[in-house]
Amino acid sequence: MLAAIGVDSIERLFDEIPRELRTGELGGLPPALSEMAAMRLMRERAERDGAWLNFIGAGAYEHHIPAAVWQIASRGELYSAYTPYQAEASQGTLQTLYEYQSMMASLTALDVTNASLYDGASALAEAVLMAVRCHNSARRVLMPASVHPVWRRVARTLVRNQGIELVEVPYSAEGGHTDPQSLERYAGKDYAALVIPQPNFFGVIEPVDELTDWAHASGALAIAVVNPTALALLRPPGEWGGAGADIAVGDGQPLGVPLASGGPYFGFMACRRDLVRQMPGRIVGATVDTEGRPGYVLTLQAREQHIRRSKATSNICTNQGLMVTAATLHMALLGPEGLARVARACHANTLKLVSALTAIGGVTRVFGGALFHEAVLRLPVPVAPALRALRAQGILGGLDLKPDFPELGHALLVCATETKSDEDLARYADHLARIVGKRPRAAARALKPGT
Amino acid sequence: MLIFERSRPGRRSAAQSPAARAATGEIPQRHLRTRPPRLPEVSELDVVRHYTGLSQKNYSIDTHFYPLGSCTMKYNPRACNAAALLPQFTDRHPAAPDDTGQGFLACVHELQEMLREVTGMAQVSLAPMAGAQGEFAGVAMIRAYHDSRGDTQRREILVPDAAHGTNPASAVMCGYSVREIATDADGNVELAALRAAVGPRTAGLMLTNPSTLGVFEHSILEIERIVHEAGGLLYYDGANLNAILGMVKPGDMGFDVIHINLHKTFSTPHGGGGPGAGPVGVNAKLAPFLPLPLVAGPDGEYRLLAEADRPLSIGRLGAHLGNGGVLLRAYVYMRMLGADGMRRVAEFSTLNANYLMVELQRAGFEVAFPRRRASHEFILTLRRLKEETGVAAMDVAKRLLDKGFHAPTAYFPLLVPECLLIEPTETESKQTLDAFVIAMKEILREARENPALVKSAPHETPVRRLDDVKAARELNLAWSGR
Amino acid sequence: MTTPQNLKYTKSHEWVRTEADGTVTVGITFHAQEQLGDVVFVQNPQPGRKVKQGEECAVIESVKAAADIYAPVTGEVIAANHDVADHPERVNQDPYAAWMFRIRPGDPTELAGLLDAAAYQQLAESEKH
Repeated sequence: MLAAIGVDSIERLFDEIPRELRTGELGGLPPALSEMAAMRLMRERAERDGAWLNFIGAGAYEHHIPAAVWQIASRGELYSAYTPYQAEASQGTLQTLYEYQSMMASLTALDVTNASLYDGASALAEAVLMAVRCHNSARRVLMPASVHPVWRRVARTLVRNQGIELVEVPYSAEGGHTDPQSLERYAGKDYAALVIPQPNFFGVIEPVDELTDWAHASGALAIAVVNPTALALLRPPGEWGGAGADIAVGDGQPLGVPLASGGPYFGFMACRRDLVRQMPGRIVGATVDTEGRPGYVLTLQAREQHIRRSKATSNICTNQGLMVTAATLHMALLGPEGLARVARACHANTLKLVSALTAIGGVTRVFGGALFHEAVLRLPVPVAPALRALRAQGILGGLDLKPDFPELGHALLVCATETKSDEDLARYADHLARIVGKRPRAAARALKPGT
Repeated sequence: MLIFERSRPGRRSAAQSPAARAATGEIPQRHLRTRPPRLPEVSELDVVRHYTGLSQKNYSIDTHFYPLGSCTMKYNPRACNAAALLPQFTDRHPAAPDDTGQGFLACVHELQEMLREVTGMAQVSLAPMAGAQGEFAGVAMIRAYHDSRGDTQRREILVPDAAHGTNPASAVMCGYSVREIATDADGNVELAALRAAVGPRTAGLMLTNPSTLGVFEHSILEIERIVHEAGGLLYYDGANLNAILGMVKPGDMGFDVIHINLHKTFSTPHGGGGPGAGPVGVNAKLAPFLPLPLVAGPDGEYRLLAEADRPLSIGRLGAHLGNGGVLLRAYVYMRMLGADGMRRVAEFSTLNANYLMVELQRAGFEVAFPRRRASHEFILTLRRLKEETGVAAMDVAKRLLDKGFHAPTAYFPLLVPECLLIEPTETESKQTLDAFVIAMKEILREARENPALVKSAPHETPVRRLDDVKAARELNLAWSGR
Repeated sequence: MTTPQNLKYTKSHEWVRTEADGTVTVGITFHAQEQLGDVVFVQNPQPGRKVKQGEECAVIESVKAAADIYAPVTGEVIAANHDVADHPERVNQDPYAAWMFRIRPGDPTELAGLLDAAAYQQLAESEKH
């Protein structure tokens, strides 16, 4: 090969690099490992992390993932392909994305969806930017405090350099939701959008119809932030209020994506048809080939950075394709009935958990609003040491809300998905009762098998 | 056939969901969904057969040579995937306390340190979830740096006209305007144009080196001096880091801030479009602004740093620590390569690219920058072929699909007419490269003897050329009915 | 005839026709649509919008490119062609019939500064090479 090129060494191929820059020594790197040694190291590392009985939700949810999801998604043809720019060589990826878009559009009851964004938090930021592009003048968006606090921070990081302001709307101390009446103070001012989470960060169901109608009456778009599992049970954004929400975003992790310390997940975004040219990210469309056979291509690419450059709707290029493939498989395997059963089981399990834990003296439910699959509980003792004591029993007892919501006192966000058995719930209740120094009452004991 | 067309009312994969239909409990009637979503009603076998069949319509690294320039489509070792899928890693909740994730955090902390070493930067953050998000973070740090010094008039980012579209788009997302700098006949940034463009409004220059034109920027030290003397900062787009691993460090070239595409240089799978990961590295003066979370260690206890630890940070780019599973795969890849393997990546990818360039030149193709060495990729221009035969770069790309090769990148960079950007990567053998040259020779002959055959390609793929004008004019973005 | 003699032109490839009532009609040239390829989308300005000469006020997209359309003169947009928005292919079929929008000029002297057909033809030729 060197002779063909006409050089005597590989080193010669780097002769255009100034000599004084040839300093690339990598002395700080450890020596190479064989596959056997690397796997041994990784197994040891993994074992340090252990296995836990998990009751944390807060934006990432433990669900059963059918074995077929990742066995198929890990096929090399899907795993090691790239962005389907050569449509004729990528019909597998493209048709899968078209099917995903169809499933997601139906789940949200909106017209169109894109082929994914990075995660739910960054998708919310993109929705804010999109709403501002759609509005004639406003550069402010109303952001309820009942939206995930980290998602709000992410949105701020991603939009603030463009002079866009996120105005915080307080939540109702009784219900835990956004009170439509509290919006009156913003009436008559210029806002590009109102963000509406359903369910919200506290797990509480929001009055989405009133909030959507308020946004539209105020000349603002309604941005829905939704959990895809909940959509099998709750009325979808396209049916909120008189006209439906305009944009819906969320994190797709509950659809077949493992928790994996936080990623990779994927963000989804859906919108009304007339807003599609303001939507960021790749979009797949159906068409035909020269012989009239159906086929799929990337379309509306003139919105994207590789064509529009500085005027693109977003800088996004690489997205979360493989996660979307998994989500498509997951939704197909569950079907409408399966996904509804998962959603109902999550709701029922969380109600059982809440009832078992609030049977412990001093443990109360903080908000009166109806919940989906998470709840905020108040403990009679500080949360952090209680969670530490639960960890000593192999239990991750929920998320301490003190850092983000100190006004709620000793507040804890808990979640019980369909993965939790009655024994799991009872184990949690028993240990928590002991830790807070109270005996569980009858309701908690009733969960124990055989009683 | 779509999965929806396989659907039959009432058919289910019953083992995949709870056996009972639980009550709707305390959810008020008015909040309940009345019409079920239109998901397919199919069996597990239907699903497995449908998506296995679809996968077989893809070209991929595992099935085809995939010389897609600028994307570094190298083989993804299976051990990286196997390690990342160990159940303790996949099952860990992101909000679980740091003490339940010491194994995971040890890996990503070491990754952070190894990336520091190979790039020569002072600190690295793993938070960005793709290259473009890394660019956003990098430019946002440049802005935070200038703003922190009260230097708020710097509102312009310079990019070479050959840059990836993500560069200008990322600058605009940071509230900057963009000015393009011309390229000279040998593919270098035009120094006179750069000198004329810099000034008190210059926030920084974004540069890919080796550039998107497949050549090493000769005058990098002079560029560095011009930008820094004007008070601007220098941004390194790591898209082509593969070509210089273990040879040159961006930090030594004088870059202030960089991003790295783990899905390119460090071989994490491209997944049909993602996920990737785009860690950012900075020198000491930008370190306080790095995006969160950062992984601190290693004194026996790893932990994630948050706002309280880093009050000047530009903030968070996603809900958690970036694409953790991608980070684990890159970590295993780097450990299996070690220092020597890392250097071999640059050597063999550069050897493969230069060999392929010379062989294609011998076969009668025109190289865009014939006076230059290739980096790990190079550009052909088919301008003359198009004038002679009417066969365009896109036609050659499509005809390659018939010959069993994925096409190179076509029509990027835009300033080279009728271009193909070819990146063979280090994981391909000489035999594969020779087979590609034979296929290209055949296409050249076909273009001269039977141009219609090439212009109507592909012929052998699951579908023939698709009508993307119809797709855009008559938008059909979701299945609409049974 | 790819550059009609009776029209004025801009360097950014818009054609401009002065109507009897003093308003001007704007579209894109044959050369511009040829460079873009098959047009798939046209976005026109809202009537009533005030524009300055050289301001971006419309967008034309093909599958592989997007072009901003600039106001050739300062004034108020008084009409937009819905037909061309509904049938973007008309821009390729007959670019001089497929007008995009009309402006009531605020400063009639600006019209004199536009290119005539010969000057535009020269510009278009030079860009082809």
